[in-house]
Formats: sequence, C-alpha cells, structure tokens
Amino acid sequence: MGIEVLQLRARILHDIRAFFYERKVLEVETPALSQAGNTDPAIESFQVRVPGEQIRYLHTSAEYPMKRLLAAGVGDIYQICKVWRAGELGRYHNPEFTMLEWYRLQFTYHQLMQEVEELLLSLLTNVQKISRFVSYRQLFLEVLDIDPHSADTAELHDCILRKNLDVVGKLDHSAMLDILMTHCIEPVFSEDCLTFVYDYPAKQKALACLSKDDVPVAQRFEVYLGKVELGNGYQEQTDAQLNADVLYADQRSRERAGLLEIPVDEHFLLAMQQGLPFCSGVAIGIDRLLLCLTGKKKLQEVISFPWTVA
Amino acid sequence: MATYSTNEFKSGLKFILNGDPCSIITNEFVKPGKGQAFNRVKIRNLKTGKVVDKTFKSGESVEAADVVEKDLQYLYTDGEFWHFMDAETYEQVAADATAVSDAKYWLKDGDTVMVTLWNDVPLLVTPPNFVELTITQCDPGVRGDTAQGGTKPATTETGATIKVPLFIEEGEVLKIDTRTGEYVSRVKS
Repeated sequence: MGIEVLQLRARILHDIRAFFYERKVLEVETPALSQAGNTDPAIESFQVRVPGEQIRYLHTSAEYPMKRLLAAGVGDIYQICKVWRAGELGRYHNPEFTMLEWYRLQFTYHQLMQEVEELLLSLLTNVQKISRFVSYRQLFLEVLDIDPHSADTAELHDCILRKNLDVVGKLDHSAMLDILMTHCIEPVFSEDCLTFVYDYPAKQKALACLSKDDVPVAQRFEVYLGKVELGNGYQEQTDAQLNADVLYADQRSRERAGLLEIPVDEHFLLAMQQGLPFCSGVAIGIDRLLLCLTGKKKLQEVISFPWTVA
Repeated sequence: MATYSTNEFKSGLKFILNGDPCSIITNEFVKPGKGQAFNRVKIRNLKTGKVVDKTFKSGESVEAADVVEKDLQYLYTDGEFWHFMDAETYEQVAADATAVSDAKYWLKDGDTVMVTLWNDVPLLVTPPNFVELTITQCDPGVRGDTAQGGTKPATTETGATIKVPLFIEEGEVLKIDTRTGEYVSRVKS
C-alpha cells in the first residue's frame, strides 16, 4: 500500500471531524471492551478472556453506549472508532474495521439520509451529485416483480430458483430476502452514484422504529455507492420495552441456532428506561469509503495491516 | 471425516459436493450489514470438469475430499487402462478412459503429465500445455494451394488429427498446444 492511501485516510478523518464540528455535533468516545455484547444473531463478537477477569466483548458497533449518552442528555454526538466482527473476512470485509457512527436529535430517518448524502458527497469527489432514493419494496418490484412485504417463503423460494441461484444450506424467510438483495438487486445499482434504500421488512427492524402503515415497515435505510454498502441508519426505537423485546428475542434466536451465548446489555436497557430522545442514527464504514475513493479492488488494500498480517 | 467450514473456503480447496469431488476456483464472502452472510463460490467438478456457481449459507460445512495432484510418468495403455508411474516411489496407477478423456491424444511414452487422484484413484489426466510429437501420416503438400487457409490434416504418433501447414511432411516432429490442439512450430532436430 502506498503512503497516498494513508494520507487520504488522514484527510477524510479530518474532513469528517470538520463537517461535524461545523454542525456542533460532539465527538465522543465509548468503551470498546464491554461486559455485554451484541445479541444480533447475524453478528459475531470477539470475546476477550483473561485469567481472573470476567469475559469481555469487543464492541461490534458503538450503538449501545452512544445511546446511553443520548439518554443522559448529551445532545447530537458522533464517534469514529475501531469495531470488530468475527468471521467477516473478504473483499469488502475485514474483521477489524473503522466505523463512523452518529446520532441526530429530532431528525427523522429521511432527514438523516439527507445529511448522510451531504457528508458523503463532500468526501467522495468521484460520484454523481444526484443520488437515488428508493424503497426496498420498489426495488423488489422493479427487479424481481415481487412484493417483499407480502411474499411468503414459497414465493421467495420460486424467485430464487427462477434467478438460478444455487444455494447450499437452508434459508429462512429473511435470509431469502437477503440473498435476493445481494445477488440480484445490489448488482443493478448505478456504479457512480449513491443509492439510498429505505423502509425495510419489519422483521429486519433491529432497533429501528416500525411505521404505522397497514403493513408496517422498518424505518431503516442503507446507503450504497455502486454495489458497495457504505452504511446503515435507523429512526431509533425509543420505547424501552420494545428495545428489550428485540434484544431478548435475538438472544433466543442465538440459542436456537446454537450460537455463542451473549449477555444482554442491561446498562443499555436501563438507559432506555430513562428515555431515549426522538432521534435517528447511522453508521458508515470508513474503510469502504476509502475503497470507493481510491478505486482499489479489495478492502485489504486500504488498511495498513489487514487481518492476515495484523 | 475431515470437514471444512465456509470460513475456510479459498481457491484450490477440494471437497465433496453431491457425492462428487470438486475444487473451489473463486470464493467471495458477501454479507448485508444486518443479515445473513453467504459465500459465493465458483466450483469445478473434478469428475466432469464442469464449472458451476454456488452460494453457501455461511456457517455450512462440507466434507473434505482427499484429492491430490501428482506429476506422473506415462508408461503405456492396454486399451482399457492407461498406466502411470511415480518416478520417485515407482508406484503405479491405472486411469480409465473417463479420467484420460482427450488427454489420450497427447500421451507419449515416458512423458510426465499431471494426474489428479481422488482416494488414490486417477480422476483427471492433464497433459503438459505443449507436447512434441512425430507426424506419422499426412498428405503431400501442394505448393501454392492456399485455398484451405494453407493447412492440411495430419496424424500424430499418438493418433491425434491436427491441422498443419502445407510444407509439413511425414516424419517431422512438431510442437503442439494441447489446450487448443493447434500446431505451434517445427522442432529442429
């Protein structure tokens, strides 16, 4: 890797900080090693075991402690930090990576999408200035001619067969939607413009709010440049009980799937009871941003010492 | 029984799929930010040579295939089997017509070829990219006749029929590209 990639990384970190300084969003730091981990069954935490010490978990994002700060009333905040996700290694993945995460009080997820676009367009010089905003449902209708919110497992299965996707392993409803998204829909995104996909299936809500429509959707969005996913944002669920329900349901899913048991973050749930203000939040992968800026082919080419040589 | 998990997937890894041994050509890890991870792989079926695209749900595991590639010396054919020998251990193996396939047209006694073995049984015989073979039969060239692109059919000592330039005569040794079956050059003797 040439020094120009290091210089570019330093420059965009500086530009991000300048962007938020100007908007009076406070930079914060939160712990990387916690007593609780992420219970999401699709994300694996690294455990840190030291003799005589309680097991700790490396954070997979700064979401829980940042929301504790929001509940404590700090106002708009952002953080740039290293996060870790076990087993995620590939062209667009490195198990240790740099994440930018920020929260905006009184922002809807649509307002936050606008701010994400402003930031990304200020950083990505090689991108069309007009972005596409499209709902998850619209994409499935356009590309696959199915409604992702009403299609049952059999219909999704037929669609996978029709698209000649030869799958090894049993997929549940949500995983079927995921494979159609990654294999059929993402490849049609324009190479040189940002695509914002919003309103995800209710089952994929995580800690986002559900809409009050007849068929509720998760008030979530993802932003892509070409087919590279850069970030994921929510209109945050402020109801303490609903947050707790998601975490405990995830923990049960992990147990059913025979995955590592992860303690639920009770500090986070307690803070939710104090009250999370109305807000939206988003996390952006800095290494992927660099990948897009440099035009390199693999994430490993923009990280000074990637996983295999770390 | 050895198994591989999808997180061990990499190009060249050999495993059993639907009863057949196969080899990974490319492996790509894909994962939406929130959701199911997949390994998109291009796989060569080592029995049929066919290349297929598969997507594995990450976390699935597969049975390892005891497949090795060895450089072996070609000895002879008895019509049913083609016999090869390891020049170091003198161990011999016999490959059937399926394993030898079109490679039989390029096998000359004493040449070294790559043999892919599955549980010690030959699965695939791969000749070197270039071989030197003697022409045993060809029509006399008619000078100036370029109507057929200036080539004529010729038969090699191994029984392969190839196209050669008009000036080639019987008994000459030619360099041939086994991947295309095309004449490359004369070999000066």
